Amino acid sequence: MIALLTRDLKLATRAGGGFGLGLAFFLIVVILVPFSVGPESGLLSDIAPGVLWLGALLACLLSLDRILALDWEDGTLDLVATSPLPLEGVVTIKALAHWLTTGLPMVIAAPLFGLLLNLPQPGYFWLVLSLAIGTPALSVVGTFGAALTVGLKRGGLLLSLLVLPLYVPTLIFGAELARRGADGQATTTPLLMLAGITFGVIALLPFASALVLRVNLR
Amino acid sequence: MASIWEYANPVKFSKTASAVLPWVTVLAAVTLATGLVWGFFFTPDDFRQGSTVKIIYIHVPAAMMAINIWAMMLVTSLIWLIRRHHVSVLAAKGAASVGVVMTLIALITGAVWGQPMWGTWWVWDPRLTSFLILFLFYLGYLALWEAIDDPDTAADLTSVLCIVGSVFAILSRYAVNFWNQGLHQGASVMRAGAVTGTDTEEKVSNVFFYPLLLCMIGFVLLFVALVFLRTRTEIHKRRTSALLARERLS
Repeated sequence: MIALLTRDLKLATRAGGGFGLGLAFFLIVVILVPFSVGPESGLLSDIAPGVLWLGALLACLLSLDRILALDWEDGTLDLVATSPLPLEGVVTIKALAHWLTTGLPMVIAAPLFGLLLNLPQPGYFWLVLSLAIGTPALSVVGTFGAALTVGLKRGGLLLSLLVLPLYVPTLIFGAELARRGADGQATTTPLLMLAGITFGVIALLPFASALVLRVNLR
Repeated sequence: MASIWEYANPVKFSKTASAVLPWVTVLAAVTLATGLVWGFFFTPDDFRQGSTVKIIYIHVPAAMMAINIWAMMLVTSLIWLIRRHHVSVLAAKGAASVGVVMTLIALITGAVWGQPMWGTWWVWDPRLTSFLILFLFYLGYLALWEAIDDPDTAADLTSVLCIVGSVFAILSRYAVNFWNQGLHQGASVMRAGAVTGTDTEEKVSNVFFYPLLLCMIGFVLLFVALVFLRTRTEIHKRRTSALLARERLS
């Protein structure tokens, strides 16, 4: 499993792996927002937590079909499936690799982007915390979506249609946590709910992902 | 007593469906016609809402069905995954098409009702938002069915999606509740206290309740008829393609 993880990480970070594409997309979304809503700093600081969360979510979505599609095309997935590794573990590792290459960089870069959107001072800590807790859920749910659509010719658009409704609870609690943190309100409830969702999907969803992957590999 | 699993046999199901279908259809038509005509012409106008209250006879049953159909799909999907009866998953597929229309009806009639009552077509109220999300779930489910060629793979994948989607739909419902307080009133039609008569204040008046009940029954019957029809059509479609494939081989 460790070997699989290092392999995925190497593939993603070396040339042609698309590492940083998600981060660049995130940056572009953040830059485009002031162009569309106007440059007043008051308005921008109001919407900053929501925009940053939405940008992170979209950047995550963009890179989902890379999780399994390439391995599916060159047959790696069949090899891995016939190996003694449990498929549940494989999809968990895939999700972890996806989070390490897209989620984690976004968590680290988010304060910088918050600066661009004039995020209020107390908001930085909560923004980073909410993204750090919430983005693993996005990766795990996204892996489920990728496993559902891996065998399809034009799975990309369908993947978005399937995954976006599943992102709703994470987005609501994540953005709420960041917003409340920025406004200096009580943050315990959304924090606990967000953590609950993340741990819940990490614990349960790999079984569903492995199940649909088995169906697709049949 | 015959076991319910006998109807997992497609031939038996088709036969029963064909026998029952005319009766259910006629009954649905009669109930719906009575309920709607009673509701629209023979109930007084609400003293505050005027005649717009009459949209309740479509809005409430459609909304009720939209949720219950998803619940039924969840059960039939589970049956497919556990016992692998084709009829079960085909019924889920047939029900989804009905469900998406019911959700749309509930959303549209709600918007039409909201315009004179709340002064707006749409608000980001928890109930409205949850329905919109439910609508997206239906769309995703149906799109996945359409996208996969192999029927058994499609059945498996959509069933798992239905189960995972149910969990997330419930989660979204609570998340949305947390996120925004709303304009929409709480449940006032079927309330435990209202039925037993202990809670008389917050209940829809009997004048409106009986035709509404009739409309609800009518919607259920209509749904049953449509699902029978659609499932039977799917079974016939499967059989036709199987026959065609056999023809090509020989």
